[in-house]
Amino acid sequence: MKERYDVVVVGAGPAGSTCARFAAARGASVLVLEKDRDVGMPVRCGEAVSNRSLEKIVDIDPRWIAATIKRFRLISPSGHVVEPDLGGYGYVLERRIFDYDLARLAVEAGAELHTKSYVDGLLPRNPEPGTTTDMSSEEKETSSAAKDRSDDSSGWRGVSLQWKGEPRTVEARIIVGADGVESRVGKWAGIDTTTHMRDMETCAQMTLSNVDLEEDACEFYFGNDTAPMGYLWVFPKGRGMANVGVGISGMASKQKAAIRYLQEFVERRYPGAGVLTTVAGGVPCATTVDTLVKGNIVLVGDAAHQVNPMSGGGITSGMIGGKLAGEAIARALEKNDLSLLNEYPKQWRKEVGAKHDTYYRMKAAVYKFPDETLDDIAVNVLKLREDKRTIWGVFKTALRHQPALVWEMMKTFGLRPSA
Amino acid sequence: MLLIEIKPNTCDFCGCCVGVCPEDAIELQEAHISIIEERCTNCAKCVWVCPFEVLVFNKPEKAGARERTV
Ligand SMILES: Cc1cc2nc3c(=O)[nH]c(=O)nc-3n(C[C@H](O)[C@H](O)[C@H](O)COP(=O)(O)OP(=O)(O)OC[C@H]3O[C@@H](n4cnc5c(N)ncnc54)[C@H](O)[C@@H]3O)c2cc1C
Ligand code: SF4
Ligand code: SF4
Repeated sequence: MKERYDVVVVGAGPAGSTCARFAAARGASVLVLEKDRDVGMPVRCGEAVSNRSLEKIVDIDPRWIAATIKRFRLISPSGHVVEPDLGGYGYVLERRIFDYDLARLAVEAGAELHTKSYVDGLLPRNPEPGTTTDMSSEEKETSSAAKDRSDDSSGWRGVSLQWKGEPRTVEARIIVGADGVESRVGKWAGIDTTTHMRDMETCAQMTLSNVDLEEDACEFYFGNDTAPMGYLWVFPKGRGMANVGVGISGMASKQKAAIRYLQEFVERRYPGAGVLTTVAGGVPCATTVDTLVKGNIVLVGDAAHQVNPMSGGGITSGMIGGKLAGEAIARALEKNDLSLLNEYPKQWRKEVGAKHDTYYRMKAAVYKFPDETLDDIAVNVLKLREDKRTIWGVFKTALRHQPALVWEMMKTFGLRPSA
Repeated sequence: MLLIEIKPNTCDFCGCCVGVCPEDAIELQEAHISIIEERCTNCAKCVWVCPFEVLVFNKPEKAGARERTV
């Protein structure tokens, strides 16, 4: 590990590795720091992505794919099954391999990566006048960096970390917080990244073996007894294995924790299954944080709440965030102008962020549906001709039950309410 | 006084609690969690979101731990 890099990325998840790859590919010196001993472990994820969004960011390696999904099965509280036509397909990934490979691609592009590297703070650039520090040699470097107009005085000099248990510091011109749901980098820089309890989907997830399920269908269970203000998923992983999990809003979790919902479901539905993993997790299902760039601090992925707030999917959207940030970082370094980092928030908003705002409003409306409404929607969708049972068909049926949704949908498609 | 208790050997180190903590009062490493007492305001948000019921809010009057589940 060197003393100084152009970029330090905190966290080697999909967002951090992708950001590092795109910045390093254009010549930046990049260091990725991961607190855990193993990249991508443990897996805390449903691992489902759409092929189209993934293809846009990376060449898909067949080794990443545990199952190819052709069908969605939406199961209402009293058991009505709706199978909307997907109009595309999806994958259930093997994230153990996927996250590893994204990190490998970053390293192949020129980044340096260290595990067992826990970042525990940011280094202030200008120590308060009068405070005694023993950083005289580092201060010299700071004064030379101060000439660089891009390194504004509000920025940070680098990070402090515990590397294999030993304290040390690393300097960087740009610091990327890719530190996931537990992100603190933004908070240290004074950015409000705290997730509201209502928006935190608190999750429990298991990997089951020896289960009887359809290998090309993702199942989603809805209802107050199964997954209040969220859903329960059963995703096939091939060879009789399944990724099964539940995510509920922090508000619902006050009464009963996610793990209890999951245990009850698995005992009821898959009593003979082998349980290969049991993990906890959290997904920030909110709108994107207001400040993605502050001085020389950049946030990507879950750390920036770049998750689709409706589905809770954050793999590909976090990677898009990472890519856009990585490219903006490379440009800012090439032109020696940190203000170019601000292209990243603008592009994010245009490509994804604005859509997430809409999904967020839709989620708020759907959460208000009582179980009877959900059942009603399912029954009415089943009355539609089979070729009309698209995601859109489900939605149109839902719209009839919730005027608030109509309003949001119209805004999504840029329609006027009178039309 | 810190009223939040971490039940030993139950934490999965998932970070859900850190994400909702408004005070940046939780230190989470690969396999170690602790609450920074000087920062914690005992708001209990971390207790409510923990998927594994690792965190417990101890009411000051009563010595006994209050279970989240009612
Ligand atoms: C149960 C569950 C199910 C999900 N299902 C899906 C799904 O089906 N589809 C989907 O698209 N998304 C899903 N998601 C969301 C998805 O997992 C995340 O959005 C995605 O992993 C975000 O990537 P990231 O790189 O931002 O963060 P992460 O993958 O969380 O990576 C962050 C990394 O930063 C490291 N780190 C944190 N703090 C520090 C520090 N101080 N120093 C050094 N390193 C640090 C962490 O160890 C971690 O490796 C799910 C999430 C959960 C919890
Ligand atoms: S939410 Fe619970 S399981 Fe997750 S890190 Fe916090 S205490 Fe541990
Ligand atoms: S009680 Fe509140 S302030 Fe204290 S650690 Fe939990 S969330 Fe943070």
